[in-house]
Amino acid sequence: MTKLFLVSAPVVAEKAEPGQFVMLRLRAQGERIPLTIADFDREAGTVTILVQEIGLTSRLLGALEEGDEILDLVGPLGLPAELPTAGHVVCVGGGFGVAPILPKAKLLHRRGVAVTSIIGARTADLVIFDRELEAVSNRLLVATNDGSRGRRGIVTDCLRDLLEAGEQIDEVVAIGPMVMMRAVAEATRPYGIKTLVSMNPIMVDGTGMCGACRMTVGGEVKFACVDGPIFDGHQVDFEEAIRRSQAYRAEEELATKHEEAKQCR
Amino acid sequence: MPVKRERTPMPVQDGERRVGNFGEVALGYLDGDVRAEAVRCLQCKTPYCEEGCPVGVPIKEFIKHLQQDDVRGAIGAIKRTNSLPAVCGRVCPQEDQCEKVCIMGKRFQPVAIGRLERFAADWERAQGFPQAAAPPPNGKKVAVVGGGPAGLTAAGQLAGKGYAVTVFEALHEPGGVLSYGIPEFRLPKTIVRWEIQQLKNLGVEIRTNVVVGKSPTLDELKAGYDAVFLGTGAGLPVFMGIPGENLIGVYSANEFLTRINLMGAASFPEVDTPVRIGTRVAVVGAGNTAMDAVRTARRVGAKEAHIVYRRSEAEMTARAEEYEHAKEEGVRFMFLTNPVRFLGDDTGRLRAVECQRMALGEPDHSGRRRPVPIAGSEFELPVDSVIMALGTSPNPLLLKGTKGLSATVRGGIRTDETGATSLPGIWAGGDAVSGAATVILAMGAGKKAAAAIDRLLSGEES
Repeated sequence: MTKLFLVSAPVVAEKAEPGQFVMLRLRAQGERIPLTIADFDREAGTVTILVQEIGLTSRLLGALEEGDEILDLVGPLGLPAELPTAGHVVCVGGGFGVAPILPKAKLLHRRGVAVTSIIGARTADLVIFDRELEAVSNRLLVATNDGSRGRRGIVTDCLRDLLEAGEQIDEVVAIGPMVMMRAVAEATRPYGIKTLVSMNPIMVDGTGMCGACRMTVGGEVKFACVDGPIFDGHQVDFEEAIRRSQAYRAEEELATKHEEAKQCR
Repeated sequence: MPVKRERTPMPVQDGERRVGNFGEVALGYLDGDVRAEAVRCLQCKTPYCEEGCPVGVPIKEFIKHLQQDDVRGAIGAIKRTNSLPAVCGRVCPQEDQCEKVCIMGKRFQPVAIGRLERFAADWERAQGFPQAAAPPPNGKKVAVVGGGPAGLTAAGQLAGKGYAVTVFEALHEPGGVLSYGIPEFRLPKTIVRWEIQQLKNLGVEIRTNVVVGKSPTLDELKAGYDAVFLGTGAGLPVFMGIPGENLIGVYSANEFLTRINLMGAASFPEVDTPVRIGTRVAVVGAGNTAMDAVRTARRVGAKEAHIVYRRSEAEMTARAEEYEHAKEEGVRFMFLTNPVRFLGDDTGRLRAVECQRMALGEPDHSGRRRPVPIAGSEFELPVDSVIMALGTSPNPLLLKGTKGLSATVRGGIRTDETGATSLPGIWAGGDAVSGAATVILAMGAGKKAAAAIDRLLSGEES
């Protein structure tokens, strides 16, 4: 499950830009995990963070209630997204990527860029942020797996429709699971349309110190934490990135089981 | 009484036993050892040893106190110039500094200055004295960026003079390399925390989870303080740029050590951060970090642990003691051997490293003989993981985010000999300036900059 938390973090909110992330830790024995800043409000001093409940820490975070505290939170980290100031941009949000695509669409819309937003969900009831996105997009396209709303299929299908129809697209911004971003990058590659993707690899410190998040981009090794997390999707070695993101899958399961056993005791 | 020629040995944990735990390896002098060693000091009229110390510890004086069984006097003398004696007594390369120029060392063995310093610091901690209280404030504020050896030293020196000091640390725990890099068996974390507590008692405020350069920017930070000291360290790991380096199982020493030292991964799943290295590990490099990594690997399950180093034993940069300890712990050394590529299985996991034998050629710019590959000498070393300990380069985050802050050709922050940067009111020191070096050199730089900051802010200089 994906959840959004509104976190009071004035130091982070003051400087946050679309595309950046935070690192957080929830308890003394806890791990540090990176989370995308889905939105921010400088006046209120808050950031919205997006939690996909996959590993132990994200599940512990997902179990927090309103008013609970986060032990450690640091940011904003990474480089802000460099978004265009004119033309027609297609914003693609798949799965948990729907939330963080919103501030980008907002920013583009404010700049007077023509925005097409594409979002997807399994079924119509699960579509989120459609109204918010509609407000800042010239056009909103929805894909559902069961066809209960919009196009039957996935977000990449909607994008392909536009590409095949010969629509003029200047840039694509895609956020979501790595396999989805890879599919988007592959769809736009033959058309030579610049495609930005937001990478979410394993990180330990998040400040350039450990190199756990390194990936190959355009034949060079880049650290997602300080050189990214936004990269040119046509340059990213997705196969390597996907493999590396699964390096600790067995341990993630073990940690979750261990925690459940502890809580049963 | 005849001069005792040999230095007093320090008790250590047995090599085979200690690979099964993270307890300290060198156990420290007992009372009797201290007396026996302290009397070896000749109390030279000109104590060359003190010139060999980057922070200028009054070595002659503190050993004199120890000769008279006055440990309290000894630690008092040490602490006048050294904010972190329990750390220095453990991790300083004394053999290249104070002990290198000890007169006793000319004919016999040098006085074991580091071991004596450690004893005095440990004694003080064991006493649990009411610690020095904060001096009266002088009304001036200094920000220290980075809670490692350079920053903590600058903070301690300035707080001792009444400055209101705030340390900004990016991680959730201060200490820098003392916390994330140097393993428990060489520097117990309780000691690091205790030393940091001493600084807090002096009035130093430590704010964790703040990345200066991101939020706030350096300019914003500067606006709120009379001076800023940058001790951001050399945090960026260096890789070799050879094929297969991104396979799962290839770690930087920083990642491996951070997982274990800062995050406690050796206790996974009791703690949430895992580390997986398997049973066959190769560490590339032969400096102190490489020794820390390989010895840590032995303690987290590596049955076979190799050092792979392109030069020979003579060119190793690790301290002699670390090398000895590693050998005692069953680490195997492959000298004149260099990785050329990493080989993976079909799931992207490392399975072996292809190495090449080297020979020593003409001396290079470092004065060490340059290793040259021997054609056709390639061989495969089957491993589950490789840890790259090839050094680190300065963290560019601040330089990137700050206009007018000049860099050195090697990517460090440019300073003059007092530590002043190209920006007024901003000093820097430690690995952020020099590139990766030692704890004590960083402390020396922090101390020097603190003195310069004090001279300027106290109006001695204008």
